Amino acid sequence: MREFDYRCAHDVPGALALLDGDPEARFLGGGTNLVDLMKTGVERPARLVDVRELPLDRIEPTADGGLRIGATVTNSDLAAHPEVRRRYPALTQAVLAGASGQLRNMATVGGNLLQRTRCGYFADITKPCNKRVPGSGCPAVEGEHHNHAVLGASEHCVATHPSDMGVALAAFDAVVSYATPDGPGELPFGDFYLPVGDTPHRETALPPGALITGVTLPAVPVAARSRYRKVRERASYAFAIGSVAAALDVRDGVVHDVRLAFGAVASRPWRARTAERALTGAPADAGTFAAAADAELAAARPLPHNAYKVTLMRNLVVAELTRLTEEASR
Amino acid sequence: MSSAPSSTYSAVTLTVNGEKHTLTVDHRTTLLDALRERLDLTGTKKGCDQGQCGACTVLVDGRRNLSCLQLAVAAEGREITTIEGVAEGDGLHPVQEAFLELDGYQCGYCTPGQICSAIAVIEEHAAGWPSAATDDLRPEAGPPPLTPEEIRERMSGNLCRCGAYVSIVQAVARAAADRSAAKEAVA
Repeated sequence: MREFDYRCAHDVPGALALLDGDPEARFLGGGTNLVDLMKTGVERPARLVDVRELPLDRIEPTADGGLRIGATVTNSDLAAHPEVRRRYPALTQAVLAGASGQLRNMATVGGNLLQRTRCGYFADITKPCNKRVPGSGCPAVEGEHHNHAVLGASEHCVATHPSDMGVALAAFDAVVSYATPDGPGELPFGDFYLPVGDTPHRETALPPGALITGVTLPAVPVAARSRYRKVRERASYAFAIGSVAAALDVRDGVVHDVRLAFGAVASRPWRARTAERALTGAPADAGTFAAAADAELAAARPLPHNAYKVTLMRNLVVAELTRLTEEASR
Repeated sequence: MSSAPSSTYSAVTLTVNGEKHTLTVDHRTTLLDALRERLDLTGTKKGCDQGQCGACTVLVDGRRNLSCLQLAVAAEGREITTIEGVAEGDGLHPVQEAFLELDGYQCGYCTPGQICSAIAVIEEHAAGWPSAATDDLRPEAGPPPLTPEEIRERMSGNLCRCGAYVSIVQAVARAAADRSAAKEAVA
């Protein structure tokens, strides 16, 4: 591991000043991804600015009925929070589906959004990777890609975003707040992650040197009836091969409101707006659900070893929307 | 702002099992390596050293953490409890007793991490934290029954290459039941 300077920040302006816009410096949250990547040489910062002491560890209601979640709130505290469990149960389920109890105690909300892909080529510095070394190539396209992206990828990168939390945040229109030396800013979740294109090394729309300060969930009444379901290669403590966050409000047998987002199929948590449009106002039955999933997945461009994900996601959508419909009729 | 000149090491005071230790650490030092190599507390084990096995689990401010992904310099000011510090005096911790009685191990290498994790699992459950195995997430539902399924999910961050999981689950269930019985007796 490269030697590095370490500073602990105690307020947001102090953190920004300590980072000083240095491209070789990194903010350190829980460290569950960054420290691991430093051990393998994928990340080689010259300075770490520890942000765990910042006063950003609270979850507070907003005036319009939403919740503001501080950037240093741990995954554990987010998942256990009574208002999250009541109003956005799919978010609690998504967080609890990720990692282990130990990691959830360390990991933070801000860090979750900025975690890197678990693509094996990205993690192995002896291999080419356009995300790690721009222009070096993408061995996954011809190589090991059974768990790679089927939506929104490019020939330059087919890595997936590993977050579970982010899938629920995408479904519920979260807004990411950040601070820069020039003042604060906000990014709707849908604009937070950049399209892959030919710049897979540029992952988010955050300005250079910005610090995520929190995530705000708007009031989303339909989210009170939501679920997160994750499919993986073992029962627990593994990344998804496909996941769905779904919220559904059915009135008189017709879809009144719906939210749908997919995980582990794209470079970012994938909001399924095409499916949502197909569902809204349609009869709440398995035929509608399957047709809506097909409409979303028509854009899928699977590779030889990950085509199973298209079928998997279709089945997940039908299963979860069917279950939400049944729960609502009880 | 940049005050102090750039440095790659720092003096840090670690509070471990109630004792303060001041040492100079290279910033690259993990809490795991500081415990084992500098403080001679070798009960905490290094398994994968990349956050995937749970052998290095310790309690930090009462919560279970992975010491292999925690930088020692960033642990200043936190209360760290290792397997050496969970017992009181000569008596074993009830979770240690349960692992002993029910054979919750084979080779024993993952056991310190399993026990530190289990101690925290029992507290998390009693505090009402749900898990991925919990059906009813409503806060008013209270803690779910601590079924084998719940224990397996909550302990999934601790791998056991010997496969002693059956008795580990029994030991955690026993310790949790003893704890709630003791609480009721007091109440």
